[in-house]
Amino acid sequence: MSVNPDLDRRTLLRRAAAAGLLVTPAAGLLSACAGSTPSPSTDNNAGEKSNDNPFGVQENSAVKVVIFNGGLGDQWAQEDKAIFNAKHPSVTVNMSSTQKIKTEEQPKMATTPSDVVMNSGADMMDVSTLINEGAIEPLDDLLAAPAWDSPGTVADTLLPGTVADGTFQGKFYVVNLAYTVWGNWYNAALFSKEGWTPPKTFDEFFALAPKIKAKGMAPYVYDAVHGYYPRWALMATIWKSAGKQAVVDIDNLKENAWRAEGVLPALEQWEKLVKDKLLLPGRLDHTQSQQAWLDGKAAFIQVGTWLKNEMAATIPPGFEMKISDYWGLGATDKAPNDVYAGAGENIVVPSKAPNKAAAKEFLRAVLSKAGSAKFAELTKSLASTAGSGDNVDDPTLASANELMKNAPKDLISTKFWDFYADLDKESQNLSQELMAGRVTAAQFVDKMQAAADKVAKDSSIKKQTRDA
Amino acid sequence: MRHGVARFVTGFLALPVGLYLFYVVWPFLQAAGYSLTDWGGYSDRQQFVGLDNYLRLFSDELIRKAFWHNVFFLVTVPLFTIALALFLAFLLNVGGREDKAGIRGVFGSGLYKVIFFFPQVLSLVVIAVMWQQIYRADGQGLINGVLMKIGLVDADDPITFVYDPEPFLGVPAVLWWLLVIAVWSGAGFYMVLFSAAMQSIPKDIYEAAILDGAGRFHTFFRITLPLLRDTVSVAWVYLGFIALDMFALVYIMTPSQGGPNHASEIFASVINFNAFQKGQFGYACAIAVALAIFTILLAALQLRITRRERIEY
Repeated sequence: MSVNPDLDRRTLLRRAAAAGLLVTPAAGLLSACAGSTPSPSTDNNAGEKSNDNPFGVQENSAVKVVIFNGGLGDQWAQEDKAIFNAKHPSVTVNMSSTQKIKTEEQPKMATTPSDVVMNSGADMMDVSTLINEGAIEPLDDLLAAPAWDSPGTVADTLLPGTVADGTFQGKFYVVNLAYTVWGNWYNAALFSKEGWTPPKTFDEFFALAPKIKAKGMAPYVYDAVHGYYPRWALMATIWKSAGKQAVVDIDNLKENAWRAEGVLPALEQWEKLVKDKLLLPGRLDHTQSQQAWLDGKAAFIQVGTWLKNEMAATIPPGFEMKISDYWGLGATDKAPNDVYAGAGENIVVPSKAPNKAAAKEFLRAVLSKAGSAKFAELTKSLASTAGSGDNVDDPTLASANELMKNAPKDLISTKFWDFYADLDKESQNLSQELMAGRVTAAQFVDKMQAAADKVAKDSSIKKQTRDA
Repeated sequence: MRHGVARFVTGFLALPVGLYLFYVVWPFLQAAGYSLTDWGGYSDRQQFVGLDNYLRLFSDELIRKAFWHNVFFLVTVPLFTIALALFLAFLLNVGGREDKAGIRGVFGSGLYKVIFFFPQVLSLVVIAVMWQQIYRADGQGLINGVLMKIGLVDADDPITFVYDPEPFLGVPAVLWWLLVIAVWSGAGFYMVLFSAAMQSIPKDIYEAAILDGAGRFHTFFRITLPLLRDTVSVAWVYLGFIALDMFALVYIMTPSQGGPNHASEIFASVINFNAFQKGQFGYACAIAVALAIFTILLAALQLRITRRERIEY
């Protein structure tokens, strides 16, 4: 900094301060809101439609595909690109991958979006907002189109739940690519060595916990940073205990839905787990807690089947990763055997995508038998196309497969957090608070009910419902 | 102005001013426009709703919470940063022994200057990620690890830092822990700013004071501080802006970006939630415009209060 006694420092600094106003937070946030005038949507799918080209993809066109490069990586998408190009060699697939889906794609949604957007990860665009704003395309014609390399339509080849999970307000908007099974993970090698059996109910877990503690291990570890991690487990317990209708009522904002029989006792199990100090001390995020579990600091962790792929680099030798079903409460359970599974990892086609025909055709390739088999092989996760894991030899995938085989037709699923951003936030916060021991099960129920009532009364929020 | 000079100056300024108008001022105006609509952010559909969004601001509990958290930072960030920066600058410039060569800083002050300034060259995101490791809430965290080794912290009950909403002096602990980072990362820059200002204070003033028997305490409070008044006041305004932001730290470091359970919610995190999670860009723009007005008023007020006769030297 120059020091010139003749310079009127006051004036200079003052002007600098005025200029500094323009780099204030408000400034940055102001411009974040600004967009530009949207141009009319142009759809150039003038190609010939046929059974082999059901959407009429135009020769020599280009399709822009954005892949979320998270726990599943992006190699599988390259395989899909090859499969797509085998049928349409003249169509250029411009593929890019990122973890910042919303940051990069949201600004383009109102003007010239990418054709295929994998809307996944922590930085995803809110699905109900996308639908309410008319920003994404219904894909019912994709379901009705002939499957890529198997008999029947695309819908016929999908695992149960895939169509329902992608359907909003009666239309199919979201292709969920990965079939995820959630549950409690344990190290099968350790359990057989110690003679422990993975529990099926909380009572069995509470009986096993002292034995685990005696080995200097915490019985349970969880992700304390992302509220939606423990929330899966809480909702699974609620479903098992109170039954499917209770969760459907919760999703539909029915009066006193959170006070239904079975909801509170389910949450009380978690309250007890926290109170009995069965958690690994500390506050870890998802990968830190998963690593702690791999390092043998805790016996159980709950998460979905992307776990193995996510942690592939640091799995210790001899560690046998297996998934078991979420715990129920026992005899009082209304749906003790229902499994938390469903199609996840959203892919959407923006309404203003310049090449929608090719976008849908690309999704047909993604859901093909060949594409989904590659997906299962590369990611060690099931694809939502049936039979994707049949030829993959992997004990972890096999344990998930087995869990699915014994599962009844109803799959555990929750919709309210996709329907309403306010309830999403509140339930994440309360899940964290419950796991931190700062709210009780009863307070959880009261606060969720209050938040649900508030949303139900708010006329500015568009309501959604689920039937099944 | 001489003939030709005006044209010369205009020629040079046209392009930057044009860019500035288009990329800065125009988006501002657009945002102000959007704040009067119910735009959701993902489409070109929007309806004019007048001042509805602004009226909603006043009944929004979250905004109220965020406002007080920002006020906390507004008071503490400038206070602690300036106090620390002044202290360091004083030590580095006039805190050392006095000899025939006059007044000087403590031994090795050149090296300290570089060390203290260092956080300034790191991006705030890098700082946040680094402090995540320092604050990590188990035995592998830097602070927890050390304190557990020497037995000050129980391994079963680590300090939870940014996951701790329990109030300390009436303010959630998470905000205090974020404050530590903000002060640490900001003090270096203001230390350099104050150092430069201190060096411009003539040495003979100090020498005269010392001859009159003033100690360090008195030289600082009777000479240095009054003569730095202008600089400190500008620093205060700058730090006020930083205190009204704090977004990077909250977004990266706190659970649920403003948690736990809204304990670290600030204006920027509420704007982020409304715009990008709830899909209410119109409302988010209204909050941003309100924040901008608040910021400008605050700066004007601050500069007004501190205006007075300067001392020429």
